[in-house]
Amino acid sequence: MSLSAYIPIVGLLALGAAFALFSVSIAPIVGPRRYNRAKLDAYECGIEPSPQPVGGGRFPVKFYLTAMLFIVFDIEIIFLYPWAVSFNKLALFGFVEMVLFIATVFVAYAYVWRRGGLDWD
Amino acid sequence: MLAATSSLDQFSHDPWWLVLIKIVGVFAFLVVMTLFTIWYERRVVGRMQVRPGPNRNGPFGLLQSLADGIKLAFKEEVIPKTADKVVYFFAPVISAVCAFTAFAVIPLGPVVSMFGHHTPLQLTDVPVAVLLILACSSMGVYGVVLAGWASGSTYPLLGGLRSSAQMISYEVAMGLSIVAVFMTAGSMSTSDIVASQANGSQAQFFGLTFTMPSWYALLLFPSFLIYFVSAVGETNRAPFDLPEAESELVGGFHTEYSSFKFAMFFLAEYINMVTVSALCTTLFLGGWRAPAPITTFWAGANSGWWPMLWFTIKVLLLLFVFIWLRGTLPRLRYDQFMRFGWKVLIPVNLVWIVALAGLRTLQNSGLESQIKTYIMVGTVLVIAAVWVLWPAKEKPTAASGVEGIDPGGRVGGAGGFPVPPLDLEVPPSPRAPRLSVDREPVPAGTVAGDQSATEQEGR
Repeated sequence: MSLSAYIPIVGLLALGAAFALFSVSIAPIVGPRRYNRAKLDAYECGIEPSPQPVGGGRFPVKFYLTAMLFIVFDIEIIFLYPWAVSFNKLALFGFVEMVLFIATVFVAYAYVWRRGGLDWD
Repeated sequence: MLAATSSLDQFSHDPWWLVLIKIVGVFAFLVVMTLFTIWYERRVVGRMQVRPGPNRNGPFGLLQSLADGIKLAFKEEVIPKTADKVVYFFAPVISAVCAFTAFAVIPLGPVVSMFGHHTPLQLTDVPVAVLLILACSSMGVYGVVLAGWASGSTYPLLGGLRSSAQMISYEVAMGLSIVAVFMTAGSMSTSDIVASQANGSQAQFFGLTFTMPSWYALLLFPSFLIYFVSAVGETNRAPFDLPEAESELVGGFHTEYSSFKFAMFFLAEYINMVTVSALCTTLFLGGWRAPAPITTFWAGANSGWWPMLWFTIKVLLLLFVFIWLRGTLPRLRYDQFMRFGWKVLIPVNLVWIVALAGLRTLQNSGLESQIKTYIMVGTVLVIAAVWVLWPAKEKPTAASGVEGIDPGGRVGGAGGFPVPPLDLEVPPSPRAPRLSVDREPVPAGTVAGDQSATEQEGR
């Protein structure tokens, strides 16, 4: 198994990127351009756009929390995959180890649940 | 048919021109599938809503999405003046590139003869193929969140945040649902997973031998269900289309996008739909292999170019389910949606993985079948006992929730802010007397003649 099997992936990526970049760049040249000040305002259903604070403004902290929880579970998944692939080789030892690992993460999960980290108001 | 399965080494022996042909072929397949799926969706939803759907351009309206695409290319591109120009430009490109790349490892068929070369009908396969698809869908979140942020507008920002939170939440559920497949197949490469679904394995339960179904959709049904639900959430499709909730957020993260930049997001969304359907086919529905009734009376169904047909049919059927859901179900509320993902899908998934792993460990162990049965029944009994005897959680009664509030009191002492009484009645509108009509109430079911008589009296 050499690395050459990965090259076609890069090829498809390059073709996709070329297509996307080409069509996104060609659009302003092909399309018409008629200036209108109102057109360049932020769209808020026709009312005066609300002033934009510097740096994008504030947003609910829940999104941040969701991202943190995602990292915890994504790491759990990363550990589960190699175990799942070599499941038959690891046999009982692997099973016991994984149950311990899942239980450990589950404690954190139960804690987040009880603290209301999974509630979305 | 095992001769048709491909080992991973085959993929590194393709000559460069064959790789190029395959790349262009996969690209064309995706673009055609996108154009077709848009038409397919509009037609099917149209039929579900008792209207014909697009039927003017080309036969059955098949060229409608192509016409729309060309039209989009000739539309003016508006970039809002509050936008971050560079990020705004690259966000749709990121979305489209990630969507295209994910399809590289999807197997479309067995080994075929292509210009004198024997090569599998698959661009490439690597030992971590499914991981690559998950990585691409994760990277796609960048396109969405950057588009929302770079637009410099309120609706896209909220839409982008919602969308990214939704995608990462359901990605966890999706990633966990695939673990059972890896466990059963013993591989992460897509062609190996398809090969492992060729024949049902023999399994022994309670001393009897059963032939297990070969498709993981039947063998690992909970995983299949969780995978499909999270795939709908992952691709932001109805009933989980909250990022594009028109009534709340206009278009979500692509509100400020127009012309071909918008088309890129549209393309990426539909390619993602095709990719998750194709991955579902590969992981759970036997990949390109013909379903059982066909193979029994036609031995050649799994060789040559035919499997590409079975693959496409399976993908189109899954896409139909996507459209069906859109035509049937109303949109969920955001808190319900997130609760479902985090509090239902993830714990159910983890319990299922542990249960399956336990069962398989028991099967592979060298114990006698009678002892195995005792262990299995014992475990089930213990779990059932814990379930039944678990102390019931006290539900807060309705009265206790209200008691804490003092109606008519003041917050922060006697001079504080007054709290309005909870049984506050809305005073009658001053306009109300003028609008009321002096008319005797007419009981329902009176004849029209009676009513007109009462009106006459009123005047």
